[in-house]
Amino acid sequence: MALIEAEGVRKVYRMDGVTVEALKGVTFSINEGEFVAIMGPSGSGKSTLMHILGCLDVPTSGRYLLGGVDVGSLSRDGLAGIRNSKIGFVFQGFNLLQRMSALENVELPMLYGGVPSRERAEKALAALKTVGLEERKGHRPNQLSGGQQQRVAIARALVNDPPLILADEPTGNLDTKTSVEVMELLVSLNEEHGKTIVLVTHEPDIASFSKRIIRVLDGSISSDEVVIKHDGIA
Amino acid sequence: MMGLLETAKISLRSLWANKMRSGLAILGVIIGVGAVIAMIAVGRGASLQIESHISSMGSNILIIVPGTTTSGGVRMGAGTQQSLSLDDAIAIEEECSAVSHVSPELSGVAQVVYGNRNWSTGVIGTTEGMMDVHNWSVSSGRFLTDQDVRSSTKVAVIGETVAYELFGSANPVGEIIRIKKVPFQVVGVLAPKGQSAFGSDQDDVIFVPVTTAQKRLFGTPFPRMVRRISVKARDAESIYLAQEQITALLRQRHRIGPNQDDDFTVRNLTQAMEAAQQSTQAMTLLLGAIASVSLLVGGIGIMNIMLVSVTERTREIGIRMAVGARPRDIRLQFLIEAFLLSVIGGIAGIALGALLSQTLVLLFDWSTSISPSSILLAFGFSGFVGVFFGFYPAYKASLMDPIEALRYE
Repeated sequence: MALIEAEGVRKVYRMDGVTVEALKGVTFSINEGEFVAIMGPSGSGKSTLMHILGCLDVPTSGRYLLGGVDVGSLSRDGLAGIRNSKIGFVFQGFNLLQRMSALENVELPMLYGGVPSRERAEKALAALKTVGLEERKGHRPNQLSGGQQQRVAIARALVNDPPLILADEPTGNLDTKTSVEVMELLVSLNEEHGKTIVLVTHEPDIASFSKRIIRVLDGSISSDEVVIKHDGIA
Repeated sequence: MMGLLETAKISLRSLWANKMRSGLAILGVIIGVGAVIAMIAVGRGASLQIESHISSMGSNILIIVPGTTTSGGVRMGAGTQQSLSLDDAIAIEEECSAVSHVSPELSGVAQVVYGNRNWSTGVIGTTEGMMDVHNWSVSSGRFLTDQDVRSSTKVAVIGETVAYELFGSANPVGEIIRIKKVPFQVVGVLAPKGQSAFGSDQDDVIFVPVTTAQKRLFGTPFPRMVRRISVKARDAESIYLAQEQITALLRQRHRIGPNQDDDFTVRNLTQAMEAAQQSTQAMTLLLGAIASVSLLVGGIGIMNIMLVSVTERTREIGIRMAVGARPRDIRLQFLIEAFLLSVIGGIAGIALGALLSQTLVLLFDWSTSISPSSILLAFGFSGFVGVFFGFYPAYKASLMDPIEALRYE
């Protein structure tokens, strides 16, 4: 069943009187349980696509359905609700709140989801366990390594049990070894927890962890192909 | 949806994380609220003092004194003419409908002797009306009666100071004292009234029947003369009517022609006090208003800090929005932060205001009074200032585009 359905999604920005067409009408769908990488050079429109898929932005025209819901018709509050319950974000810069402990960072989405405080703590701890960081629950982000911070961010993305995880250059700030660890974590989330994962990257090595690669160029999809699996990374 | 308590906790933490900045933002509100509390306390203190003077003097009082005399071109001052008589007082009581009580007065200073002690005090010849006009009462014995006045009995009612000076702690009632060598029996002791509005001891006084004072103590050029007549009007509304009635009656009794000046003056003391009262209240309002301006400035300080805070935490706002915070959640968070800032400032300001007014009491011996309503007012106002000046920064934060906010470095 299709989790993501994009039909002629077009995005036009108007900046200082100049109109820029970031997406020129893209159509594709992603089924539940897929692991898809979106690749493209900078300025290709992949960031815009990722913002729309993440309900941080709405298309200028065309339709984007997430789990059957037309996102374009939603209010800001509606979009916030979707981001809260249907999407988990993993960012390049981790985007953890510095003043809070790992556990509190993981609790954050539940705070806006109206989960009672006891249940929040339990679920957050369980999510930290999934990423193997339950011993670091009291640490602040600046007391953790980059890889650990990204795993806390992944725990945060998981905690409301959303069907979709959107990872935007999740290994951009990490060294090769940690990158592999983080990617393997995402793979296990896909394979063992059945999460649909959409990964935005420009690194072929990272993209090779996925099962399908959509390439974007100049606001259009240039290719959409299934990855032929081989052992390890190239 | 996030609970208020959760939001308050988050807000407190972020305020605590920026202690210095929060403290500076609060300072304005502390000073503002402190100033409002202290100024209102000073104003209220002054107006309470005046109020107590008015009530000890008696309310709705008119005082009639004789007019001036001129001697060889030299004007002698109010009351030098000897134009008022006991009969004027009786006529006022009987004929002026707006008057409820009348107290004629003939006073002088006299040496008073009891046993081997003596004391110099003011002796006032008067009638029973004195009690009602000037709010006197007796703590023991009785006051002067109509019978005393009619028969010119030699009885005296003495003030507490006189009782203390002559008798110490002994009971004076029934004892004989000598006023200007004339023996008087003490029939009552007055309940104490303390200092007057002008600082004199009101309890240093002796009342005797006005007729006795005329015949025995203060010899007068004509037998029924009094130095002044105090009059109590029926109520505050009838005080002007009483003034008109008295003036008309006395002009007629004194046979003053239409083009001649009065040979007496009717003074309205309560009015003067009430005018003072009103000006104190106006002053309180003015002081409060000036202090409120500093509270307003404090509010602008909060807005300033909140705007800085919103800009500084753009990324945090982006993260919160990305994980599902709705615009109103963000708005609430910053609004509560501003509200907490000003309420904490308000509490500290109330303490400062109390301290400040106490300091004024100690330094300048001013009387101050902090009322619960002024605390409530300052507190409520500071909360309002927080919400009012916090709203714009909070609104600005809630309008942020999550994508832009996440990109913010």
